[in-house]
Amino acid sequence: MRSFLRILVCQLKEGARSRPIWGYGILLLLLTDALFRFGGGGTRVVLSLINVVLLLVPLFGAVFGTMHFHQARGFALFLLAQPVGRRPLLAALYTGLALPLTVAFLAGLGLPFLWHAAPDPALWRPLATLIGVGVLLTLTATALALLVSVRIADRARGLAAALLLWITGAVLFDGLLLLISVTFDRWPLERPLLGLTLLNPFDLGRVLLLLQLDRSALLGYTGALFAKFFGSGVGVAVAGTALLAWVAGPLGAAFRLFQRQDL
Amino acid sequence: MTIRSIAARESVQPRPLTTEPAVRLRGVRKRFGAHQVLNDLAATFPAGKVTGLVGPNGAGKTTLIKILLGLVTPDAGSVEVLGRPLDGTPDYRARLGYMSQSPRFAEQLTGRELVAMVRDLRGTTGPIDESLLEWFAGTRILDQRVSTLSGGTRQKLNAALAFLFRPDLLILDEPTAGLDPVASRRLKDAILAARDRGVTVILSSHLAGELEELADHLVFVLDGRVRFEGSGRELARTTGWNDLERGLAALMGEGR
Repeated sequence: MRSFLRILVCQLKEGARSRPIWGYGILLLLLTDALFRFGGGGTRVVLSLINVVLLLVPLFGAVFGTMHFHQARGFALFLLAQPVGRRPLLAALYTGLALPLTVAFLAGLGLPFLWHAAPDPALWRPLATLIGVGVLLTLTATALALLVSVRIADRARGLAAALLLWITGAVLFDGLLLLISVTFDRWPLERPLLGLTLLNPFDLGRVLLLLQLDRSALLGYTGALFAKFFGSGVGVAVAGTALLAWVAGPLGAAFRLFQRQDL
Repeated sequence: MTIRSIAARESVQPRPLTTEPAVRLRGVRKRFGAHQVLNDLAATFPAGKVTGLVGPNGAGKTTLIKILLGLVTPDAGSVEVLGRPLDGTPDYRARLGYMSQSPRFAEQLTGRELVAMVRDLRGTTGPIDESLLEWFAGTRILDQRVSTLSGGTRQKLNAALAFLFRPDLLILDEPTAGLDPVASRRLKDAILAARDRGVTVILSSHLAGELEELADHLVFVLDGRVRFEGSGRELARTTGWNDLERGLAALMGEGR
């Protein structure tokens, strides 16, 4: 625990001094502020921000995370030549990036909400949901970046893998679901498709957001399935739990791999 | 100020002499994919001496060093470091100082933050001895971020970190690579001063002059096996060359 905390303190200092993380936070802040000023205000801003949260947050988390963890590889070797175990090291590396990214996200979205929408209680719930999903997606993307970096030592290949993961989650996966539903339209596909939805954190994030916001027109096929099978309340719980599993799964795999890996 | 004067001022007592080797490897094997990197490697590194770890590129020296640091797990064989078999626990590394060939540190930390972190990780208490840092790299690096340091200055910081916490075993991988002549001389003096205090040093190097000056003992690795182990004089007897460079080349099969 002592090693974990000591390395974490240094990683947090690194994060706090990182220009890309500051840039990410400022970009989110400007985007959110601009949407409030020019996007009509109210829940429409929340809806506009859904795409930002679903696309930009995982993209930055996965790509910047992979670059960051690859860059930290040499430093990790230096630290492992000290009396430091692999588990506390990896835990500190993950937390040391996930926390600054989360803070940048919270500041980027939260501050404009504070000065534009704090007086409107109707926005508090959708805002809380948006922020909750954004934080979960940040943690998921960083966990996937960690797994990619541990699994693939080559930086360029790791970056390509991170981009591929993002494109798969953001675009290709929905295309696959559409293809399956069109190809096998005479079969009872609801349950298999429901299972497949759990395999994509992006879809889970969208389902979670739209179920909470009660925007049935925007739910899409997977969201409608969740609403049909679970209803809003249970659907949110199932999607949230599945998203948490998307944090724990890649993290667990990265730890197992790193523990027995030759470095 | 010299490294010997620093050592004298700090009243460092020489470690007790022991006949037990500081590092012992028996029947060590390691394969990466189709490539058998270490093949029944057996070697001893005597305590309180500088042992030159020598061999051509790809001979298995780096893998051997990584095994000693616990970064690579051998497929077979036994490894003892400072009288303790390696079992995957990291505690023994508090007694090690390691200097890699190309150091990588957290870029946004200052030298002071980096040194303080390593001190805390090693469980060392008390203030940091800045005289050793100053001797190696100048105290200015303490307040500079790593990202602003040149490659050579990073290597000086790397050297200081390896020596700073009074290790019993120093593992130095091509330590003078990238250093200017002054820093290189200081590092060599530090190695000799450490040896005089009873510290065991494993020095991986391709530089015959460096080995001739520093190494009391040589371990020559080729194709994953130790092909020669002994002093420079024994190497001269074995190969027929008094010159260490030619002797080593002869071991590689190219010298004659």
